[in-house]
Parts: sequence; C-alpha cells; structure tokens
Amino acid sequence: MEQMRKERVDRGLKVRTEGIYAISSYREMAYLLGPRLFFILAVLSLPFILDLAPYWKRVINIMCTYAILAISFDFLANYVGLVCLGGAFFTGIGGYLSAIFNTYLGMPVYLSMPAATLGGAVLCTLLLLPCLPLRGVYFAIVTLMYPLLITRVIEALNIFGGTNGMTGVDSLPNEYVEHYLVILLSLLFLFGMRRFVNQDIGLVLRGVKDNDQSVRASGIDVTSMKVMAVFIASFMGCFSGAYMAHLYMWAGLSLFALDFSIIPIASVVIGGGGTLIGAVIGSFILVPLSELLRAFGTFRIVIYSVALTAFIVFKSEGIMVYLQRKYHQFERWVKI
Amino acid sequence: MIEDEVILSVKNISKTFGGLKALMDVSFDVKRGEVFGIIGPNGSGKTTLINCITGFVKPGSGHVIFKGREITGWKPHRIAHIGIARTFQIMRPYYSLPAYKNLIIPLWSPRAKKIGGWRGGGRHGDRDTVAVDILEEIGFERDSRVPYKIASTLPTGYQKRLELARCIAIRPEIIFCDEVFSGLSMSEIAGMLPLIEKMKMDGMTIIMVEHRLRELFRVAERVMVLNFGEKIAEGRPDTVIEDKRVKEAYLGSEGV
Ligand SMILES: Nc1ncnc2c1ncn2[C@@H]1O[C@H](COP(=O)(O)OP(=O)(O)O)[C@@H](O)[C@H]1O
Ligand SMILES: [Mg+2]
Repeated sequence: MEQMRKERVDRGLKVRTEGIYAISSYREMAYLLGPRLFFILAVLSLPFILDLAPYWKRVINIMCTYAILAISFDFLANYVGLVCLGGAFFTGIGGYLSAIFNTYLGMPVYLSMPAATLGGAVLCTLLLLPCLPLRGVYFAIVTLMYPLLITRVIEALNIFGGTNGMTGVDSLPNEYVEHYLVILLSLLFLFGMRRFVNQDIGLVLRGVKDNDQSVRASGIDVTSMKVMAVFIASFMGCFSGAYMAHLYMWAGLSLFALDFSIIPIASVVIGGGGTLIGAVIGSFILVPLSELLRAFGTFRIVIYSVALTAFIVFKSEGIMVYLQRKYHQFERWVKI
Repeated sequence: MIEDEVILSVKNISKTFGGLKALMDVSFDVKRGEVFGIIGPNGSGKTTLINCITGFVKPGSGHVIFKGREITGWKPHRIAHIGIARTFQIMRPYYSLPAYKNLIIPLWSPRAKKIGGWRGGGRHGDRDTVAVDILEEIGFERDSRVPYKIASTLPTGYQKRLELARCIAIRPEIIFCDEVFSGLSMSEIAGMLPLIEKMKMDGMTIIMVEHRLRELFRVAERVMVLNFGEKIAEGRPDTVIEDKRVKEAYLGSEGV
C-alpha cells in the first residue's frame, strides 16, 4: 500500500509572506478584508435580526459585555503574560463607581460611565500594583482573591447598599443605545487592540511575556510596561461593569461574581487564545449556550463543563486558530 | 578620548547565596575600548559577577563605578539605559517573534530612542528597516529568509548572534558577553570572532566570559581568572596562563 501524508500549502497570495504586507490587487484586498467586513456587518445587524426573537435581544448585550472581558483577559494573558483572574474585580469596581457617580453625585449616564471606566481603571491598576512582580499562577490566585475581598468589605461595613446593592441607577436612553453602545465598543476594543498589539509597543509587551529579563537588559522598565497593560485591560473591564450597572439599573455584589472572571477565560479557550477575535467568538458561542441551558437549572453547569472539557481535549487550539489555518492554507494528500 | 580612561571599576564585590560564597572581594578595572576576558572553571562565579555588575543580582558588598559614577545596586533597566549591555548565558530570544522583530524591543527602549543614529532609523525612523540592518551587520544574510524566521526555529549559531544583536541595538558603551562561544562549532566561532573585533572597532568595550580559551586569547588584551569566587590572577593572556595557581585551578577541569 502506498503511504499518504497530509500536506499543508499556503494559499498563493503575496499578503501571506511572513509579516511583509504587499497588497497588489483587489482580489488580495478582498481576501484580507472579506472576513473582517462580514464579521462587522453580522454583529451590527444582530439587533435587527433578533427583532424576531425579543428574548434573545437582551442576550446580545451580555454577549458583548463578556466579549469585552474576554478581550481584556486574552490581551493580558497572551500578549503580556499576566494571567489575570480578576475580571470580576474590574466589573465590580466599574459598576459600583458608575452607580456611585450616578446616584450619589448626580452625574448623568453619559458622564458617569466614562468617569467610572477611567477612574475604575486607575483604581484597579493602583490596587493591582503590589501584585505585578508576581508571576504565573501566583498572580492568577491573588487577582482571583481581589473581588472576594471587596465583597466581604462591602458586606462587613454595610456600605454602598450593603448586600442589597445600590438601586435607582439611571438606565440608558433606549434599547438601541443599549445594544449599539456595547456592540460598537466591543468592535472598537477588538480592532483597536489588534492594531495595538502589532505595533512596536505591543511587541515590547510580547517581549515581556517571552523573556522579561532580556527586556530589562535592553533598558526598558518592565514594571511600567505591566502597569500600562493592566491599565488597558482594567479599562475594558471597568467599562463592562459600568455598562451593566446602567443596563440593570442596579449595582450589587453580583457584579463581583466569579462568572465575570471565569466565563471570559472559557471563551478565550474555545475561541483560540492570542487572537483577540477568538475571545469574541468564544463568548458569542458560550453566552447563548448558557442561556439555552438555563432550562436545565443547575444541571446546566454539568453540560457546560462536559462541553468545555470535550472542546479542550478535541480542539485545543481554539476555533479561531483552526479557522485561520483553514483560510490561509489548504490541505492535500501526497504520496511519501 | 582620554588614553587609558577607566570606564568600569569594580571594587571588592562579594556575594553569598545562603552560605555559599559565590564571590569574594573581587576587584578589577576595565579601560575604554579594550577586550577584557574573564575565565575560570565552572561555578567559579563568572555569571554571578556579571549579574552583580548589571543589576540582576544585588551584590552583598562592594562598589561598581561606571565612568566615575556609582551604580551599585541600580535596577537592571537603569544600568542598561546608561550604556551597559549584556548577553545571557542561558539565552532565550523572544521565541514567538521573527528574528528581526526581536530587535524592535531594544530599538524601542528609551536609550535607543534617545541616541538614535541608526541608518534610516533614529527617533522617528522605521524600526523594521533598522532591525534588518543590524541583523545584516551581525551576519544574517539580508536577502535570505533567515532574518524573518521565528526566533525559536533558528539554529544555535544564529540565536547567539541574535543575542549579540539585541545588545548592539541599544548602542552600549560596554557589552558583557557570557559564554557566547559555548555550544558553537569551530567554524561558527571563526565566523563570530570578526564580529567581536568589529564591535571593538566601533568603540565598544567588551568584557567576555569564556570557556574557550584559545579563541578568547585571540581577541582579549587582558584576562582575569576566577576560582571559587576569588580572583587568582590578572594580566596578559600568555602570562596569566603560565601562572601556577591558574594551572592548578584548570588542572583536571575542561582545560585549554
Ligand atoms: N541565584 C542563585 N542562587 C543560589 N546560588 C547561585 C545562584 N546563582 C549562582 N549560584 C551559585 O553560585 C556559584 C557560581 O555560579 P556562576 O556564577 O553561575 O558560575 P560560572 O558562571 O562561573 O559557571 C555556583 O555554585 C552557583 O550554584
Ligand atoms: Mg556562567
């Protein structure tokens, strides 16, 4: 019997030649832009498509909120090397700040949200500052503790509404603002971050991940690079939190829920780490899935876990990495 | 430039790691523009000495003076910023990046931005172009695919060159080379020697830690010998190697 081997061949386009971009025809531009445009248009039209199923329209908002959190996690973990399990910390701080600005200080929504996003990012970065020298799993554990710590403080001191949370937060003007605010910002964060990580400064961050000693030996202060990265990530996370506070017109302890730390990670695993877009696609799959499984009550966690495990075992590279490979290369069988 | 200007002066450096005396009262001076060798058997404290000078390890006692300025205990990035570069004995390039992108990181550093002056580069120049220029200087064939390959796929010889290129990119005044020849074949070393000479011609002061004495002695003007953390000899290579204590230290070890 003849032995056969699977061969992977790059598609014959100049744009594929390792990092040097030479766009020379409309066909190549379409090749590059096609998938991006399709994705953007699909996401933008979601609120209209789902007019047919009003229950699912609210899911769009949650999907995009998680997508932003997942981008934030993917960026820190795969481009800076900081595995941050503190997604819930960002959402909690952002949400509470926005509620405080809105109800206590009387800021209107269009001020309280940006102020909470920016102020929350500064606050989170300052609070995480002492953990930055920690590596790998130690950083992960400490960031996981932060939201737990703050919920206990709020409970114990009975501040900001204690266990009942803060009610009376202003809502967003209307349904379409609710949808498009979060959709546009998730697209903005996605494409903004993709651009950012491929710039020289993004390469320096990747250098910090690969080998921080060499970065130090090149005369770059690694700590200040990490501070910047954590600021960017918490900026995105705090926006998600502030958005949710206004979406639910309420800021409570559940903004510090573990879900906001864990589901983004699962999304990145499913979507494909280190691609950023994979993080978005992962949450677009996971969030609706967990809505579907809601009918099963607590049993859904079991289904959810089995699906996730199966995914990690059989397609560990993630959907996006797989799709990218299929798109840029084709496979054929050849004789050995 | 002043003749015989002392650019780096190390005074009575000692370092202990939990009872193990890795360095004991080591002192030496290096003059601007010379190639200074540091040799000694394995575990004699050569790497630790480099770490103490470049800030990666805090010396237990002693002083490091660079161009008349005390830099003892500074953070590594500050020391690199004032012009002291180093390679790592256990080299780890930025594995996930192509070779030329590895150089974007040092070229982005505040020092490289401040000094600039690379052909077509400088403060606002295109760093990719500058990176490929530097790689060409250090022996990556420009028109081949090698400079664009992912660093983890490069052969050892090229990874060593990349490590040197990373140092050169910040245009340092002093370069510490920690065993850049080890793990290379004779012909690869023969290819690297001219690079060292060229760096010297460009005005850099080079401090080389080496096991390959024969190759080191072709470029080094003076050498210092460490044994069990102590300096046992210093001087011209041919006289040092005749020293009785040096011969004893090397007897039975990997040798010349
Ligand atoms: N970070 C460290 N912690 C503990 N011991 C160390 C450390 N670094 C080096 N040493 C010890 O110091 C001694 C000198 O090591 P090193 O400087 O690497 O020697 P060389 O580079 O000359 O081979 C060795 O015995 C080594 O085990
Ligand atoms: Mg060593």
